[in-house]
Amino acid sequence: MTRKQRRGVLIGTCLVVLGVAVGLVLYAMRDSIVFFYSPSDIAKMEIAPGQRIRLGGLVETGSVTRDQAPPSTSPPMAQALPVTFTGVLPDLFREGQGVVTEGALQPDGTFKADSVLAKHDENYMPPEVAAKLKEQGVWREGAAAGGVTTQ
Amino acid sequence: MIAETGHYALILALGVAIVQMVLPVIGTRFNDPRLAAVSVPAAQAQFILICIAFSALTAAYVTSDFSILNVWQNSHSAKPMLYKISAVWGNHEGSMVLWVLILALFGAAVATFGSNLPRQLQANVLAVQGSIAVAFLLFIVTTSNPFLRVDPAPFDGQGLNPVLQDPALAFHPPFLYAGYVGFSMAFSFAVAALIDGRIDAAWARWVRPWTLLAWMCLTLGIAMGSWWAYYELGWGGFWFWDPVENASFMPWLAGTALLHSALVMEKRDALKVWTILLAIITFSLSLMGTFLVRSGVLTSVHAFAVDPARGVFILGIMSVFIGGSFALFAWRAPLLSQGGLFAPISREGAWVLNNLLLTVACAAVFVGTLYPLALEAVTGEKISVGAPFFNLTFVPLIVPLLIAVPFGPLLAWKRGDLLGAAQRLTVAALVSLAAIIGVLALHQSGPWLAPLGIGLGLWLIMGALTELATRSKLFEASWAESRRRLRNLPRAAYGTALAHAGLGVMVLGLVATTAWRSERIEALAPGGTVDIAGYQLTFEGVKEGQGPNYKELAGIFQVTRDGQPVTTLVPSKRAYSVEKSATTEAGIHNSWRGDLYLVLGDPLKDGAYSVRAYFNPMVRLIWLGALFMFFGGAVSLSDRRLRVGAPKRAKAKTPTAVAAGE
Repeated sequence: MTRKQRRGVLIGTCLVVLGVAVGLVLYAMRDSIVFFYSPSDIAKMEIAPGQRIRLGGLVETGSVTRDQAPPSTSPPMAQALPVTFTGVLPDLFREGQGVVTEGALQPDGTFKADSVLAKHDENYMPPEVAAKLKEQGVWREGAAAGGVTTQ
Repeated sequence: MIAETGHYALILALGVAIVQMVLPVIGTRFNDPRLAAVSVPAAQAQFILICIAFSALTAAYVTSDFSILNVWQNSHSAKPMLYKISAVWGNHEGSMVLWVLILALFGAAVATFGSNLPRQLQANVLAVQGSIAVAFLLFIVTTSNPFLRVDPAPFDGQGLNPVLQDPALAFHPPFLYAGYVGFSMAFSFAVAALIDGRIDAAWARWVRPWTLLAWMCLTLGIAMGSWWAYYELGWGGFWFWDPVENASFMPWLAGTALLHSALVMEKRDALKVWTILLAIITFSLSLMGTFLVRSGVLTSVHAFAVDPARGVFILGIMSVFIGGSFALFAWRAPLLSQGGLFAPISREGAWVLNNLLLTVACAAVFVGTLYPLALEAVTGEKISVGAPFFNLTFVPLIVPLLIAVPFGPLLAWKRGDLLGAAQRLTVAALVSLAAIIGVLALHQSGPWLAPLGIGLGLWLIMGALTELATRSKLFEASWAESRRRLRNLPRAAYGTALAHAGLGVMVLGLVATTAWRSERIEALAPGGTVDIAGYQLTFEGVKEGQGPNYKELAGIFQVTRDGQPVTTLVPSKRAYSVEKSATTEAGIHNSWRGDLYLVLGDPLKDGAYSVRAYFNPMVRLIWLGALFMFFGGAVSLSDRRLRVGAPKRAKAKTPTAVAAGE
C-alpha cells in the first residue's frame, strides 16, 4: 500500500468510528434525557403520565407519612404535589428540606418516584432547587453556603 | 505563628514560581545557559516552600488550632487523628494546597533526577511547570487562602462532613490529584517540545514513566472513590456516571490513550503530532476536572457550593492553558517531522485503533457531562443525563476496543499478521466461548448480553496469558527453555499482561454485578426474616452505641445459608452531633461469590424498620481489577529500560527510528 492509501484507511476508520459515535449520542440524547421541573411547572405544563422527569422542591413540613412498605408523601411548596416512594430514604431526607426525585407522573395526579436524591449535608441544596426557590422568592440567603464535595 | 509561616512560604513559593516560569525561557531564547539553569534550584526551592506551607496547615489541623478559619470550618477536637489529617485536603483550600504540593513534587523530581535530560528541554519543561504553579498559587493566595485567621478564636470546630470521615476517602484525593497533576508532566514536555520545534523518540521515553505514574495513581484514586461510594453512600452502587466521577474518568481515558501512543512514538517514531496533541488534551481534561469539581457549576448530588469568584478564576486558568497550548500546537505542530510508515494491520495500527476508540469514548462522556450545562446556559432548560445515556454511548464504543485488546500485543510492528494472531488466540477464544455457553446454560435469567460480557472478560484475561505464553514459546519449546524465556521477558511485558488481565477481571465484576444483582426492600419487625440469593437474614433488633464523635443505631442481623450460620451483620445509622448530620453504615458480608449488602432504613410503626438488602455477585472483582492495573503499571515502571541508558536524543534533522528494542 502506498502512503496515500494507508492514510485513506486511517481517515476512513476515524470517520466511521466518529460517525457511529455521533449516531449513538444523538440516539441516546433522544431517549434518555430527563428534564427537571418544580411542582408549579407541572401544574402549568402538560406532562404526559409515564414520562420520566425529575421533580425538585422542598419537603413540606408535617407531610411525610410512612407505611409498612414505606412510601412517603412529600408535597413540595407553592404548588403541592403528592409524591410516593417505595424504598429506603437517604440519610439526609428531612421535612422542610430540598430534595430532587426522579420518576413519573401517575394518571391519578400523584408522582411516583423511583429515586430520591437528598442533599449531602445540611447546607447543600441542589442548584436546580436553589434556582427555583430564588425564582419564587422564598430563597434564604446563605442557606446554600459552604457545601462539601466528595472529591 | 506557624500559620503565618505557612502563608509566607506560600507567597514566597509564588515568587519563586514566577522566576521559574520566566528566566529559563529567556535563557533558552537568548542562549544563556546560566539563566536556563536557574530552573533547577527554582523548582527545588518551590517544592521546599510549598512543603513548609503544607506542613504548617497540617500542624494547624493536628493541634486543632481553631483560630484558623479553615481548621475551624472543617475540623473538630473530638475527631480521630486520621481524619484530622485527612481534613487538611478534605476541603477546598487545603485540597488546592495539596494540588500545588504534588505539582511542585513532580517539578522537583524533573529538576533533581533529570540531569541527563538535554539542558534546553529540561529548562523549558520546568518553565511550563512553573507557569502552572504560578496560576494555581495565585488562585490559592487570592481566592482560597487556607491560613486566614478568625478573631476571637472559636472554642471548637464545626467538624468534617461525616461521609468524608472514612479511610478510603482519606487517601482518595491525594491519589486522584497525583494522577491529575502527573499528567501536567506530559503536558509540560509537550509544550516544551512545541517551543523547541523538535521532538524525537527520546522525548517519548522521557514522557512515558511520568504518564505511567500519573495513570497508576489516577486508576487507584478512581477505584478508591468508587469503593468508598459503594460502601459508604448506602446505595449499593459503585459508579453513578455522576459529573464529578466523569470529571476524573475523562483524563483517565485520555491518559490511557496517551500511554499507548507514547509507546508507538518511542518505539517507532510515529504518531508524533498526535501524541503531543493527546498530552495536551489529557492535561486539559485534568484541569477541567478540577474546574468542574471546584467551581460548583455542576448539578450533582455531590456538587460543590457555588462560589463564582473561584469558578471564574479557575475558568480563566483553564482558558489560558488550554487555549494557549492549542494555539501553540496549531502554530508549531507543522514543524514536527512526520514519523515512520506502518500498515493498517500492525501493532501501530492496533494502537491507533485503541487511541481512536478511547478518545471517541472520552468525547461521548464529555458530551454527556457538559451538554446539560451548555443547554442550561443557552436555553435555561434543565436536563439531566444519567446512566442510560452512557450505557447507550460509552459501552458500544468501548466493547470493540476490549475485543481488540488481546490482538494488539500479538501483532508485529510495521506489518502484522492478523490471521497468525487469531490462530494464537484460538485457545482464548474457545475458553470464552465455553464460558458463554456455560453461563447461558446456568442462568436463564438476566439480560441476554450478560453471558457475552462474561465471555469478554475471560477473553481479556486469556488474551493476556496468551501473550506471555507466545513470547515464552510455552508448549512449543521445552519447559526449561520456556522458563528461561519467561525469566528473561522484560518486566514491561508482565506489566502489560497484568494490566490487560486486570481489565478483564474488572469486566467480569461489572457484568456479573450489573446483570445478576438482587435487591429486596422489606419492613422487618424484630424476629422477622428475609431471603436473598440463598441467604436468610433474621432481624434480631436494634441497639444503640456511642462512637468517638457520633451516636449510632445498629440493627443486628443473623445471616444463615442452608441453615448454617454465616455471620452477623450490623448495619447502622450514625448521627454526628457536631456536624448535625447522619450517615449510613452498610453491613457487608464479603465473599468471592459476591457481597451481601445490608442497609438499615427508617423506623416504621410497631418497632419495625425498613431494611434494604442487596446481593452483588462478584462485585469485588471490579476493584481487584483496578488493583491489577495499578500493579501492572508498577511492574512496568520498574522495568530498567524505562530508567537507565535509553534517553539519548536523536541528532537534529536525522529522524532515525530507534531500534525497536523489544
